Amino acid sequence: MEKGDDVVEVNEMADVETRLRKAATEVRMHALEMVHHARVGHPGGDLSATDILVTLYLAVMRIDPANPAWPERDRFIMSKGHCSGAFYATLAQAGLLDVNLLKTYMDPLSMLNGHPDRNKIAGVEANTGPLGHGLPIATGTALAAKIQDAAWRTFVMTGDGELQEGSNWEAAMTAAQYGLDNLVLIVDRNRIQQGDFTENTIKMDPLADKWRAFGWAVDEVDGHDYKALLQRFQTLPIEPGKPTCIIAHTIKGHGVSFMENKPEWHHGVPTAEQLAAAKVELMEAAR
Amino acid sequence: MNAEVTTKTGMFDCRDAFAASLEEMAATNPTITAVVNDSVSSTKLKGFRGKYPKRFVNVGIAEQNMLGVGAGLANGGLVPFVCGASCFVTARSMEQLKVDLGYAKNNVKLCGMSSGMAYGELGPTHHSIEDLAWTRVIPNLTVIVPADPVETRSAMFWAAQHKGPVFVRLSRMPVPIVHASDYVFSPGKAVTLREGNDVTVIANGVLVHRALETAERLAKDGISARVINMSSMAPIDRETIVQAAKETAGIVTVEEHSVYGGLGGAVAEIVALEHPTRMKILGVPGVFAPTGSAEFLLEHFGLTAAGIEQAAKELLAKRVIAG
Repeated sequence: MEKGDDVVEVNEMADVETRLRKAATEVRMHALEMVHHARVGHPGGDLSATDILVTLYLAVMRIDPANPAWPERDRFIMSKGHCSGAFYATLAQAGLLDVNLLKTYMDPLSMLNGHPDRNKIAGVEANTGPLGHGLPIATGTALAAKIQDAAWRTFVMTGDGELQEGSNWEAAMTAAQYGLDNLVLIVDRNRIQQGDFTENTIKMDPLADKWRAFGWAVDEVDGHDYKALLQRFQTLPIEPGKPTCIIAHTIKGHGVSFMENKPEWHHGVPTAEQLAAAKVELMEAAR
Repeated sequence: MNAEVTTKTGMFDCRDAFAASLEEMAATNPTITAVVNDSVSSTKLKGFRGKYPKRFVNVGIAEQNMLGVGAGLANGGLVPFVCGASCFVTARSMEQLKVDLGYAKNNVKLCGMSSGMAYGELGPTHHSIEDLAWTRVIPNLTVIVPADPVETRSAMFWAAQHKGPVFVRLSRMPVPIVHASDYVFSPGKAVTLREGNDVTVIANGVLVHRALETAERLAKDGISARVINMSSMAPIDRETIVQAAKETAGIVTVEEHSVYGGLGGAVAEIVALEHPTRMKILGVPGVFAPTGSAEFLLEHFGLTAAGIEQAAKELLAKRVIAG
């Protein structure tokens, strides 16, 4: 019996991975098309965050696309709001946003502003863009669940350079003090910020030790490995009574060889030729 | 209990009405939550903490985080009253106030205590004479400056039932009661506390009772002064301001705030466009205050009944000269 269950589980896991890979490819293609269309955006961070976003929205979080304001929903707060291309495209995959709207990214009067607005899109929980806002807000939503004995969980994604903002560490202390084990922070550790590599700018390492010292339970994972992400998200919290920090090691520009690991693609805009080359590469990798 | 203490002279610290109304609302409304930045005693919320410990959140000395946590609590269905010294909860966390409260329209009630120069001798680091300039320009944010305990209580109840961000600017300086006990705060509605047709004095907060005293003094000289309490800074009552510009010889504004960007600025913006009139803008004249008690500093800057009287008379004299 047990063996049979394992087989089913393995097969299910493989099915989920296939589904996530397909969705992530579509999200990456959309994000690059959107940045190309708008002639502005942040493709490098879009591509590093994509696999985490689709894993959360399609396989982890309890949400109801028919009722985005369902009070018991899990919350996701995209603190790195500049990566709105991948975020919007993921919301579309999750049924929280009309996929046709993606074509209007940053057009005049579009619902899809460069940074997300919760008053325009039902699936957006917080208006982010200025860095260091998401974790305090996520601390508040997690605290609201604790105060009301509610079961929803809060997920929040920050960049790694973003952690240079002091407000994150204020929130880190509050979350630990209140024992918010219903709060999960995912750090998109792509090691690049706008101007340079993080470690050439303001050193973030040893990042896991920093979070541990602030009273969080920490794990590290390959942020492009669906299986590893799913397994990590399946057993939360890491430690009862402590907020969870998952440092997701990612590659900025992941999936497009000429963008990978290059600071200039933080907010570089692909030309038509570059877009076409990127799409070919993404489609081939998805086969 | 702290919240019910009043002084023997009939002067009241509006923080007591603030704390009492918060406790009263929390008794029947399980969503009412208090959030502080360690400021447990300066917000007079010890009573709230004792009665509703689960709904009392102390984020520590961390204002940016505090406003964000407030936004998150609101997202989770609670009605957070986020409280701390006005100088810190505005200036230190200005971007959170703009984005997490105003832009995102989160249902957070920000309560700035000891505003203006209430901290007196502690000096300009602790004065908050810029907060109206900063807050009244933020879309979606209702800005309220109560004048007495009656208005404080009413504004607190209004804020709790209003869906959207609110900034309540409170002092700690004792004030007398200027409103009838059945007074109800209404956003965007100025309160004409005294009718008059020669000159208008518009004030808010701790200076309203001084404006009323000014009107008494002017009456002795045969001058009829209209006194308006502009407790609702945003939205602001354009109609009442334009009416005063039309019906009286000029407007004196009085605020415990910089003369730039606050009440005087708001009134000037309106009359300049709709009915230009003579004005005097009384407040702190673009300087950091010297050392002194709150009472001393108000006197130093002419924010007294005598100072307002002089300004009103100058305004009327100019009218005569101008013919």
